[in-house]
Amino acid sequence: MVFNAHLNLILKSLPFLLKGMVVTLELTFAFLSIGLVVGIFLALGQVYGRRSISLLISAFERIFRAIPALVLLFLFYFGAAQFGFNLSAFAASCLALGLRSAAYQSQIFRGAIQSIDIGQIMAARAIGMTQFKAAIYIVLPQALRLSIAPWSNEYAVVLKDTSLCYAIGVTEMMRQGRYIVARTFGNALLIYVVVAILYFILVIIGTRLLNLLERKFRIPGYEAKEKGEMVERML
Amino acid sequence: MMDNVILKVENLYKNYGELEVLKGISFEVKKGEAKVIIGPSGTGKSTLLRCINRLTNPDSGRIWLDGKEITASDVKINQIRSSIGMVFQDFNLFTHLKVIDNVRIGPMKVKGIPKREATELAIDELKKVGLENKVDSYPAELSGGQQQRVSIARALAMKPKLILFDEPTSALDPELIGEVLTVMIDLAKNGMTMLVVSHEMGFARSVASKIIFLEHGVIVEEGPPERIFNKPKCKRTAEFLHKITDLYGDTKHENDS
Ligand SMILES: Nc1ncnc2c1ncn2[C@@H]1O[C@H](COP(=O)(O)OP(=O)(O)OP(=O)(O)O)[C@@H](O)[C@H]1O
Ligand SMILES: [Mg+2]
Repeated sequence: MVFNAHLNLILKSLPFLLKGMVVTLELTFAFLSIGLVVGIFLALGQVYGRRSISLLISAFERIFRAIPALVLLFLFYFGAAQFGFNLSAFAASCLALGLRSAAYQSQIFRGAIQSIDIGQIMAARAIGMTQFKAAIYIVLPQALRLSIAPWSNEYAVVLKDTSLCYAIGVTEMMRQGRYIVARTFGNALLIYVVVAILYFILVIIGTRLLNLLERKFRIPGYEAKEKGEMVERML
Repeated sequence: MMDNVILKVENLYKNYGELEVLKGISFEVKKGEAKVIIGPSGTGKSTLLRCINRLTNPDSGRIWLDGKEITASDVKINQIRSSIGMVFQDFNLFTHLKVIDNVRIGPMKVKGIPKREATELAIDELKKVGLENKVDSYPAELSGGQQQRVSIARALAMKPKLILFDEPTSALDPELIGEVLTVMIDLAKNGMTMLVVSHEMGFARSVASKIIFLEHGVIVEEGPPERIFNKPKCKRTAEFLHKITDLYGDTKHENDS
């Protein structure tokens, strides 16, 4: 009986939770996209830019990595409102957590860019490529490929952090769960377990897909040598 | 007067901080000529090659390519580089690109040649190095010797006036050196102008017009291989040649037979 009641509650709640999930995915997509585009530019600016530019970028990075996500959200939502910028909760979230992700992603890309063998860059310059062309055709394609694995970690972090947007009133999955708990008087455990499972599924599916992407872009013959897998296979 | 001189280097100096690497280097390379540079490690051979295509900027001295001064301040350096090939010790192929793309990316992205034309050009160059059947492989799928041949094709595809080789065989296993040298000898015989840093005396004997012995940033002596091998003017040259024949073996027999 109790079991049936629980099942019923879950079935009734699911449409609301799934509606929330759509918003969660929208937030995730927005944060990651902003982070990706801004992050790549920050990384390029830091590696290739003048000293002043690269210092400015490091400052930006440090600030956004040092401040808790929730504080950033409040700053961009309530704080900005005081200056007369009335951002929607969704827009404020995008600025706060999108830029935060940019700070983290730029580190991923910078590391990848700097790991590209200087010899290849010299070879590109030697055939007459400008620094810009060498970056676009030689460095970035390799750096982006190397970034997929750490990026899939960033995906999981960003996805989970969207739940914080609940605090400034975005009706994402967490807030939908909270509504249901409030409406049905104290089914907290049950509902939050379902919410937890839904986050878990999203993380698993996303990282799997990124894994496939990484495989697709794997360079034949290269990874095996790189990671010493050849040796492992022989042992 | 200078019309058949492709490369002229005059009084080149280069320091790295306190370290004086090149101390007044002057020489010429004529059209169709292959010159070989030898010299002990750390002597400035790579630095000299990098100064010639301005991957490193010399402190002073002048360089002319085909009569045009490339050390002048108003020179378009990327255009100059596109007409000087460079082959590196460790190949430096673009690991994310197939063989065909490694070779055609220069013509396409630097010279703006359309893809179809660039592809034909690349395949022609790959034929010259005997790798037309490897167009779709990635560098990591090739042996060192094959990779170095691709990198020679990459240089050739730019139709350079001169190719610089920086110890092109010293990263190779002994059994792979031959295939690269064969390609280089072919190039030299077909009239390519080459400046080669290499201690492969077999190559020097068969195609070099002159050998330059560089030590501590100065040219100790320059002369035709026969004379450098048989009656070097300087004691240091003789000593050094002894050392490298010990190290690399004397390839004289292979080439005489
Ligand atoms: N970018 C650099 N910064 C500082 N010092 C350098 C740099 N490049 C080369 N050197 C130094 O200049 C000297 C000449 O180096 P170079 O690579 O030209 O010698 P090399 O004759 O090619 O030697 P090898 O036979 O080992 O390749 C060396 O002492 C080297 O340490
Ligand atoms: Mg060297």
